[in-house]
Amino acid sequence: MMNTSSRCDISIAVTGSGGAGSITAGELLLYMAGKNGCFGIMRRSFGPQIRGGEAAALVRIGPQPIECMNDAFDLWLALDWQNADRFADEIALHSESLIIADPAAGEVPAVVRELGLEVVEVPMKALAGEIPMGRPNMIALGILTHWLNFCGDEAGLLIRHTFERKGQAIVDGSLAAFEKGFTEPVIVEARKRRTGPGSCERESAGDRWDLSGNEGCGLGALRGGIRFAAAYPITPASDLLEWLSPRLAKIGGSLVQAEDELASINMVIGASFGGVPSLTATSGPGLALMSESIGLSVAAEVPAVIVNVQRGGPSTGVPTKSEQADLDIALHGMHGDAPHLVLAALDHADCVLVTEWAVRLAEALQTAAIVLTDQNLAQSRALIPEPVYCLPDIPRRRTAKQGEDYLRYRLTPDGVSPMAIPGTPCTAYVADGLEHSESGKPSTAAADHAAQMDKRLRKIEQFDYGEHWADIRGSGETAILTWGSTTSAVREAAARLRDSGTPLRVVALRLLMPASPEKLAAALDGVSRVLVVEQSHGRQFHRYLRSYYEISCETKVLARPGPLLITPGEVVRAVEEWS
Amino acid sequence: MDKAKPGTSSSPKDYKSDIKPVWCPGCGDFAVLSAITKALAFLSLPRENVALVSGIGCSSRIAAYTSVYGFHGVHGRALALAGGLKAARPDLTVLVAGGDGDGLSIGGNHFIHACRRNMDMTYIIMDNEVYGMTKGQASPTTRSDWGGSKLTPGGTGIRPFNAAGMALAAGASFVARGFTGDPNGLAKILVAAVEHPGFSFVQALSPCKTFRPEQMEWKKHVRAFEDGPTDDAVLADQRVKDDDGLSTGIIYQREHAVYQPQASVAGDSTQFDREFVI
Repeated sequence: MMNTSSRCDISIAVTGSGGAGSITAGELLLYMAGKNGCFGIMRRSFGPQIRGGEAAALVRIGPQPIECMNDAFDLWLALDWQNADRFADEIALHSESLIIADPAAGEVPAVVRELGLEVVEVPMKALAGEIPMGRPNMIALGILTHWLNFCGDEAGLLIRHTFERKGQAIVDGSLAAFEKGFTEPVIVEARKRRTGPGSCERESAGDRWDLSGNEGCGLGALRGGIRFAAAYPITPASDLLEWLSPRLAKIGGSLVQAEDELASINMVIGASFGGVPSLTATSGPGLALMSESIGLSVAAEVPAVIVNVQRGGPSTGVPTKSEQADLDIALHGMHGDAPHLVLAALDHADCVLVTEWAVRLAEALQTAAIVLTDQNLAQSRALIPEPVYCLPDIPRRRTAKQGEDYLRYRLTPDGVSPMAIPGTPCTAYVADGLEHSESGKPSTAAADHAAQMDKRLRKIEQFDYGEHWADIRGSGETAILTWGSTTSAVREAAARLRDSGTPLRVVALRLLMPASPEKLAAALDGVSRVLVVEQSHGRQFHRYLRSYYEISCETKVLARPGPLLITPGEVVRAVEEWS
Repeated sequence: MDKAKPGTSSSPKDYKSDIKPVWCPGCGDFAVLSAITKALAFLSLPRENVALVSGIGCSSRIAAYTSVYGFHGVHGRALALAGGLKAARPDLTVLVAGGDGDGLSIGGNHFIHACRRNMDMTYIIMDNEVYGMTKGQASPTTRSDWGGSKLTPGGTGIRPFNAAGMALAAGASFVARGFTGDPNGLAKILVAAVEHPGFSFVQALSPCKTFRPEQMEWKKHVRAFEDGPTDDAVLADQRVKDDDGLSTGIIYQREHAVYQPQASVAGDSTQFDREFVI
């Protein structure tokens, strides 16, 4: 319709003051899209306020799996205009965008008004006020459901299901408000004037999932065998921990809320020492606090998994928004030489895959694994095909049997030594962050230090990580190298460029440490130029590539900080302008 | 305390490793090691079912000197590490040991939260009022006018922590003080501490002959509290405040709800897949 770049692909922003219900409306719209055979994604955008700030649901819906936002929004529905200027950057509009607003909420802000767009006025607040327990966000949901030609009956079922816990009066009010929006004559009329997508074609193959990146990481953790988690609240990782808490309890595990991140990482190490696969989740400031003890996990060879949901930094930075700037600290934040694993999820399904993979690798290699996601991925919801993946065969933690000549840190060919679990007789040992001999006895001897350092590096470097180290798509002499959630925008840009006759190869790295220089060299075979794309002011990914890989061809870097996400159009321009 | 419970064959030396301690001759920590092994022998705990977690400092080296499972972690975090272990493995007897700097300065936050969390474990602070491993700096329990450190030559100028008082204020359910000059008495306290359901805190006065030689005089002044244990926290706090820090015994003991995540039957995570299906 309004968007010319793809078929049947619509981007909608629903904004309002905090508590107005824009997020609920967006989530229900996304779910309904799935019920109506579409795919989609929804990002949440908040200000820093706890309540009473502003909130935006940024929704994109289409017939194919969607993993990133589009360059601009086709429709902006404003429940009110409170602090709308703070959203203006995030809600880019185009010449045909439509505004739906409540005239009672005041004049359309100048920043929007000066674009000269069509504004359709619907008195949502007044309409809702006529209905007992009616709320404007349900009027909005009705409007958008009509606009997208979604099934109204399906929406009714969803509203019942969503609000039944809150009582019949709320259900009735919500249904009535929805119906009012769904049949609102001004909208029906406006919709007729505009051509646009009808119903998306239903895809029947497989179940469709609605999950956030944080939930995906939680599920991957449990699939990997995590049965203990320690938690200290931090935006934007708290909802991952909140998702885990009741579910761990259902499957024989537990979660403890710690007094700080120093405690949570040490609780993880303690539980893992006890033989229980353990994890914590945090964001940049928390990762910084944990760094010393992640080194303990490495030195004492106790498996530990840390999911780090990146947000804007440094310091408190931009806590509610996304950035890819914790790469440096994840790779190099430990003191001493501390070989460990760093992995990154590329999209929503990948959150499940990579977290499970990280857990199983940490367990097999008896080391720390840091999983990097970011606020964009973690707190957005996507409709995706049921994640189906096949991890390579990874052994479980190698444990020690009762025995007389047990050496905890025995030098083995693959560097992995059997780990005795407390409760096992005759294998008691002391796990130590002090350098130690094979038995675990503290040692400052040069030979012990060298042997144990070699062992800890060897087990990580010699392991065969298989094909999941990167996701490689397309071909051509131009390649884009990227990582993490930026991958989605790059993939979409590559698709557009291919459609317009520019073949492109996309290599997105999942396994960042240890690096895979031979594999990347093979993946870039025949490539004459490389564009590096990352959401970091300091070009952290580019510097990482320069440190660990041989990239001899011409390179260009598209790197900028958050919180505004790198868009597909931006990547397309970077390629097109490169001549 | 030299003999184990009748009918068992555990002896204190079964709980000692063959590693020679790094401690100076005359260090009080030897007596803490002795008291721990005596208590474990008395309780006849299978070595494999006991874990001793420690931090960093002279006294934290103790983990390596016993024959139970041990974890010598990072500075100040022993209680947190032990809490994770106990949460995941409630079947284990968990002991935590370390110095006054490790537990009350860098680890102070974990100390107060361990007291209020009340997990079933025993924490021993080997208190010598000094950082020994780093060669004699003032610790949180050092008196404000102690000028023996190059780092604070005029004294710290700040009041020392009262460890037992802090534990009471933070809600600990068992608070005791022992003295390394009386290893049998300390061992008895440790037995009661391990048997206490919940978090038991034992401050072990443990002189540092090297950096605080004047503490060798403690043995002349240490005496038992006039009164036995109370379950009245206000009374216990008053006794601790009225004391010069050299009275020993179990000060406070009361059963509070023990924090232990309740494990359900082990299950499969595939049950959660359907939550996402629309």
